[in-house]
Amino acid sequence: MDKAAVIGVGITKIEANKIKETFADMVWEAVNKALSDAKMTIDDIDNVITTSNDFWDGRTISCMAVGDASGARHKNVSCVEGDGTFGAFYGLARVLSGSYGTTLVTAHSKGSESVSSLITNAAFDPIYDRALGMDMVSACALQARAYMHRTGTTPEQMAMVSVKNHGNAKYNPLSQLPMDITVQDVLESEMISDPLHKLDCSPVSDGCCAVIIANGKRTSRYGGVPVWIKGVAFCADSYFIGDREISKAVALTKAAKNAFSMAQITDPLSEIDVAEVYDAFTYQELMWIEAMGLSEGGKAGINLEKGHYDIKGRLPVNPSGGLLSGHPVIAGGLIRIAEIVKQLRGEAGGYQVAGARTGVAHGVNGLCGQSHCVWVLTAS
Amino acid sequence: MTDIFSDVEPMVFKSRINVPYAWWTGETAERFFLALRDDKKIMGTRCPVCEKVFVPPRKVCPLCFHEKMAWVEVSSEGVLESFTIVKRQLAALTRKAPVIFGLIKLDGADTSILHYIENPGHEDIKIGTRVAAKFNEERSGSMQDIACFRPIS
Amino acid sequence: MPKKRVAIVGTGQTYHKSHRPDVNGQELINEAVQRALKDADLTIKDIDAVVIGNMDHFEGINYVDCWSVDGSGGTMKPVIKLTTGGTTGSTLAIGGYHLVASGFFEKVLVIGWEKNSESDTTGAITTAFDPVWDRLVFAGAISGLAAEAQAYMAKYGATEKDAARVSVRDRKHACNNPHAQLRREITIEDVLASPMLADPIHLLDVCPRTDGACAVIMASEDCAGKVTSTPDWIWTTANRHKYTYLGDVNWGELDSIAEASREIYAKAGIREPRKEIDVIELYQPYSFAGIIWIEDLGIVEKGKGAEYIWSGATDMGGELPINPSGGVIACNPIGATGLIRCAEAALQVMGKAEARQVPDVNFAISTGFGGCMWSDMLLHGKRKPDF
Ligand SMILES: [Zn+2]
Repeated sequence: MDKAAVIGVGITKIEANKIKETFADMVWEAVNKALSDAKMTIDDIDNVITTSNDFWDGRTISCMAVGDASGARHKNVSCVEGDGTFGAFYGLARVLSGSYGTTLVTAHSKGSESVSSLITNAAFDPIYDRALGMDMVSACALQARAYMHRTGTTPEQMAMVSVKNHGNAKYNPLSQLPMDITVQDVLESEMISDPLHKLDCSPVSDGCCAVIIANGKRTSRYGGVPVWIKGVAFCADSYFIGDREISKAVALTKAAKNAFSMAQITDPLSEIDVAEVYDAFTYQELMWIEAMGLSEGGKAGINLEKGHYDIKGRLPVNPSGGLLSGHPVIAGGLIRIAEIVKQLRGEAGGYQVAGARTGVAHGVNGLCGQSHCVWVLTAS
Repeated sequence: MTDIFSDVEPMVFKSRINVPYAWWTGETAERFFLALRDDKKIMGTRCPVCEKVFVPPRKVCPLCFHEKMAWVEVSSEGVLESFTIVKRQLAALTRKAPVIFGLIKLDGADTSILHYIENPGHEDIKIGTRVAAKFNEERSGSMQDIACFRPIS
Repeated sequence: MPKKRVAIVGTGQTYHKSHRPDVNGQELINEAVQRALKDADLTIKDIDAVVIGNMDHFEGINYVDCWSVDGSGGTMKPVIKLTTGGTTGSTLAIGGYHLVASGFFEKVLVIGWEKNSESDTTGAITTAFDPVWDRLVFAGAISGLAAEAQAYMAKYGATEKDAARVSVRDRKHACNNPHAQLRREITIEDVLASPMLADPIHLLDVCPRTDGACAVIMASEDCAGKVTSTPDWIWTTANRHKYTYLGDVNWGELDSIAEASREIYAKAGIREPRKEIDVIELYQPYSFAGIIWIEDLGIVEKGKGAEYIWSGATDMGGELPINPSGGVIACNPIGATGLIRCAEAALQVMGKAEARQVPDVNFAISTGFGGCMWSDMLLHGKRKPDF
């Protein structure tokens, strides 16, 4: 892959309900943070990719709401529907194609404005299984049980993901749910869809993230600190949950393999210093790092118990607090990229991973992790 | 975010996307639903190339893109691949919680389907439990023609 | 200069109809995909990535990129969804271009589709506009178009009859296109006598509702020549999605197409588009646009659009044929429509347009329209771009 870098990031505070802010207000804030982080002005932006979802936003052509706020009026612009990591991928493709020197990528969502259960129910096939009344939580609960069955992962190990991530969030001022909790608290929290307790699930949140990607000489023109994009790949599994090997994320394994090979990483377990993965549910953090080859097969729960994924562990995972501590859908994966950028620039403050040089960010589309996007980034 | 709005009372504008939908099932799904409705049979399609049997049936093999799929009947019994017991009254639920959803691999099929597991009385089910379809007396040609799957010994 | 130059090497379309009860969405998509693969003599295994789009609320299916893999062939491949409203199809074409031009993928399958028969199209489009400011007072797509037509008529004095001439042209052209939905000639009298929908727009001035899908295969310069001896080279792309609120629009002129086309002409070194472009597939959802937008494209001077249309210059056999396919007025599966324009332009450049072929096409333009008076554009050429 040709030379390209993330040269600026901006994240709004993640909150349960940003009642005073519209989509455009959130995007405006994140864009300006990213521009100032990159030491650029909007005039230095060659083209724009917004990322949104018409169902979550309650609006056909949801990108229309944020065109002005992302400064796209006189620029080439497009919209990706899906997780922000996919939006960022398209933004990257548009600088590597040589058409533009810089891309501004935004991703926004306000979960507070809709009913997540109904929105995710609409992802089920309308002819065969939507009328059953499943949603993201019940579908993922099914997947969690299959994963636990295959690997022997225990409810206590899953609870420890929640304890770790909410604990990490205490050092992240943008996080929605910093909490001191115990394994007992998680196991005693409401059982929503067995085996998932309330504290096994991420909250529904409002938030926005903006990232600026540049190619060639534009990576170092403005005075911000570039973080290099070394590998990006994405891959989709079968649609019907019953068509998939539901306890494994084979599409993620393939995407990660491709991203690592692009980045010339041969032994991810020893070469990756920090990971921000899409932990919409506790079991997913374990399942995803296993699928990416960042844990021996079926051992992620045991490694977690040993503290390997703590901020000071062998491979810190979600030092920012992850999605369990705040989950604006669509923006979720782009925030993972922005958090890795902060880590690799040594600017993560209280949740900084010491000496982080190479990091992985990960985003998900669809039910039960049907489609995954993996980013490998390195420090300057 | 801006100071001039600091004293402004937040207001909410309520609305909903209110669009009616009528999805054409297509001839393949139609045949599946007619067999379910009229004969209490669960039909799949087999790809002659990869030899996988797909339920729900596919017109074209999603893996090989082969277009000449063969119809096969699969059993109305199978194995529970996974399940969840939904305890909270999630908005998408069309029944009163608790509801058990299962992923069921029918005998003769290579893929699984989602459906209800009979409730109450079956909270002790496990992955691997054998289940059988319980058909409704009155059937209209939809997945709801199967009332649920019930554990069998 | 792009890392890799990009060509269209195969296209496929369904036979577009008002209703397709015989197939579900994935199956409809698959028809177009299978035709494109056949056209390029490739199999799904040759495809490196899939770009797909539609408008969510027309079918009521969330995460369509994920849902559609059985039809698109995206299983265990990279799949990405782009959607921008009416411009979705052209947005997809531009997306496919960048995915190949960037060097990420050699062969990309681009798919646009819609089953408009499954919902209330106007009800869904109305939800595109700002829920607080615009949605309650501006219904569907036609009110914006009527506002544009009125503003233009007030400024330049064009008539409903002038517009009807555009409908007559496109419907006549559609008779040459087996894929078009409406394949029957109409007269100016028919248009003027058809019901008035939103003054000055009559029923026969506007596009129908359609079920259909289109697939286009794009390949990098490293392999395009191996796939086809007549690749359609994508020279460059540009777009503008300028407005968020309807009240911001400069009614009566399509600023977005004016800006995008000037960017394209400048990049490709085109000085006299009327002479240098051989055919245009214009995303023209209603007849008045056939007059107004050719002015904004710089084909003719402001106020001269109607005169140019009446001269027959844009008919088959004329100086610059527009919409040999019959265009959007004859067929509009919305998420596919912009991509159909791209595919039809490609067919013209490749010399595969059969009864609707314009002779000796060196340069073609395809466009997309939608959103809040937004435009997308691609420049297609027979020759490999020299930049
Ligand atoms: Zn097969």
